[in-house]
Amino acid sequence: MNRPELQAMGERERERQQSYRCRLLCCASTPCLSSGATAVIETLKQFIKERELDANVLVTATGCMGPCSRGPLVTVQTRGLEDVVYEHVTPELARDIALSHAAPEPKALDRNLLAADSPFFAKQKKVVLSNSGLIDPERLECYVARGGYGALAHALREMTPVEVCEAITRSGLRGRGGAGYPTGLKWDLVRKAPGTRKFVIANGDEGDPGAYMDRTLMESDPHRVLEGMAIAGYAVGAEQGYIYVRGEYPIAAKRLENAIRMAERRGLLGGRVLDSSFSFRIDIRIGAGAFVCGEETALMASVMGRRGQPSPRPPYPAQSGLWGMPTLINNVETFGNIAPIIDNGAEWYAAIGTDKSKGTKIFALAGTVATTGLIEVPMGISLREIIFDIGGGIPNGRAFKAAQTGGPSGGCIPAEHLDTPVDYDSLRRLGSIMGSGGLVVMDDTSCMPDVAKFFMEFCMDESCGKCVPCRVGTVQLHRILEHITNGSATPRDMETLQELCVMMQETSLCGLGQSAPNPLLSTLRYFREEYQAHILERSCPAGKCTMDNVPPLEQGADLQRRARSTTSDAEVS
Amino acid sequence: MSVVTLHINDELVSARSDQKLLEVIREQGIDIPTLCHLEGVSDLGGCRLCLVEVQGSSKLLAACVTPVQEGMSVYTHSERLVRYRRMILELLLSERTHTCAVCVTNGHCELQYEAAELGVDHVRYEYLAPQLHLDASHDRFTLDHNRCILCQRCVRVCDEVEGAHTLDIMGRGANSRVITGLNRPWGDCVSCTSCGKCVQVCPTGALFFKGSSVGEMEKRHAFLSWILNGRERKEWQW
Repeated sequence: MNRPELQAMGERERERQQSYRCRLLCCASTPCLSSGATAVIETLKQFIKERELDANVLVTATGCMGPCSRGPLVTVQTRGLEDVVYEHVTPELARDIALSHAAPEPKALDRNLLAADSPFFAKQKKVVLSNSGLIDPERLECYVARGGYGALAHALREMTPVEVCEAITRSGLRGRGGAGYPTGLKWDLVRKAPGTRKFVIANGDEGDPGAYMDRTLMESDPHRVLEGMAIAGYAVGAEQGYIYVRGEYPIAAKRLENAIRMAERRGLLGGRVLDSSFSFRIDIRIGAGAFVCGEETALMASVMGRRGQPSPRPPYPAQSGLWGMPTLINNVETFGNIAPIIDNGAEWYAAIGTDKSKGTKIFALAGTVATTGLIEVPMGISLREIIFDIGGGIPNGRAFKAAQTGGPSGGCIPAEHLDTPVDYDSLRRLGSIMGSGGLVVMDDTSCMPDVAKFFMEFCMDESCGKCVPCRVGTVQLHRILEHITNGSATPRDMETLQELCVMMQETSLCGLGQSAPNPLLSTLRYFREEYQAHILERSCPAGKCTMDNVPPLEQGADLQRRARSTTSDAEVS
Repeated sequence: MSVVTLHINDELVSARSDQKLLEVIREQGIDIPTLCHLEGVSDLGGCRLCLVEVQGSSKLLAACVTPVQEGMSVYTHSERLVRYRRMILELLLSERTHTCAVCVTNGHCELQYEAAELGVDHVRYEYLAPQLHLDASHDRFTLDHNRCILCQRCVRVCDEVEGAHTLDIMGRGANSRVITGLNRPWGDCVSCTSCGKCVQVCPTGALFFKGSSVGEMEKRHAFLSWILNGRERKEWQW
């Protein structure tokens, strides 16, 4: 396939789509599927067939639309009407929707409507997710119809690899995996690194509790990731790419595999991409359930079929990665940003966001917030806007307590910092990190030492065991937090806690161990009085912890006290 | 081979450019503790005892895996480093059951030696003391997980020097265990050549010859270099 053929393919698909009077787009992403989207899609398809509306109505299973807690979602595009989104769609409602919209005089229902001008949609800016929820992820034509693979065609024809790297550098894009390393710089390092072969890896091993940005992108718009990887391959001189997909994401892996096969069949991947001299193959590697494999050196070990354990850097993957060759590793979401940058220009991208953090970021909004789901916002938006405008605030009249960003490597941000702009550097200053984009909102029923304990338990389970500080440190920290939350901690434990945290940050081998104390340190910083209440007053302000133990040295006194109280009770009775 | 110059504790020293920091530091007669490092096998960087401060790097670097660089300035014994080394040893001692008084390597144990060197006279952390089993199914050797510090010396020597790869690690985090074969009793493992290299390189009493009693298991530290010198340089020193 060459460039004119690609454009013709897009044109054909657009004409096909416009030939329908109404298009019913049903979300078939994991959250909606788990709330019953399969039945909705089946019902709609059958209903359309029964009523012989095939020529007028098209039912499409698409990717994620955003407000996941309101699923199953159905978007209806009707000729002559505004697009509308229905929430909590049942098979019965789906039939009504189809009837009402497919009628000769179409009309939107007045039930279960999600207002298009609600802040949830209005405050977002979709760059990476621009196709998500509008295209069928299993059809290449749908992606091409929305300009897909145009960026790859443009890069291959009109740009040199150096120019591609420069464009990415100028765009100011930073790695979306969490650390925020400038992407253009990384590409340039790999491009310049000497090596007979080079590799590109997309990191889709997303493991933070409550985060599912990468999964959604891979499920909703797999070709965008492939296109980004191919452009990266062209820019750095690689002919082989790997997508490392988390083992718990079978739908994403299936759709990616399907997408790779489709693209290879049409000559958009594989040998001689788009009739150029550039060849690029992509293979999928499925993870086996280790969080640490999201760390780049561990991920590469896993791709090579070895035990998924990190190794010390330097050498960095850009010099010596897969099988000792220069390797470019970027997050799936980073690759999702590449095609829009090439399409619209680096300056367009650099105009979005803040001074040091450009573009948009996808967040998985979770926890105690009215609407949870997947959102894409420009960098620099305040946490308050995300939680109270987009998320609709805290339900049940409770008060906001903290927002946890960055998963087990991040921290908790208290209410007084709600107006901080969300970008890499501001969050780091607050003792948290941007992370891959998990955002868990907590109300005043959450106990912060308990939250810290949850994340420490996660790190303890996921520590690979290679280095001592992380392997034993996480266990010891978890023990102390357990003592604090069950009432048997002493003031000494606070010192040990603090000292161990700093030591782990400085001495651990990889990012997992170095950042494992972050949730604990940030809660110590902002909610120290809660820890003190647990230790000194043996009470849990949030009422979450049972506090039914006593410190070992006070056990004798406690027993005596209890014995006295039972005898006095007996006397009374 | 080009030569680089660098500062170690403010002393100007020169080194070959393919050397690792640890080697250069030791050549200077500076004593730096290690547990997972073993001359003759690849480096792991896992015990974190050989961490050093390198000027210009925000992170502490493990000397055993860090290549020397022209003009680098290294500090090996700052107050912070010594404190961290002590804490790492305390963590190691708290992880399993290290009761020297009943241990076969008492008096010849590298963990015990490093702890004494660094002045670790008590452990501030809770002893985890997991009740782990002991594999005595092999004719000549015993593997006691309760004394294992997961330095993986045995795993590496079995794979890289003997070429048998009988030993490996399974599980992760605190649940990591050295396993023999595909987690079979050691005595059943047909891949084991009973060469005993793993026993000789084990820094603690986790691997020992059957029949040794308290304090009797003395490891021959020259064992590995003797084999490797013979193999690679044909220097056999009987």
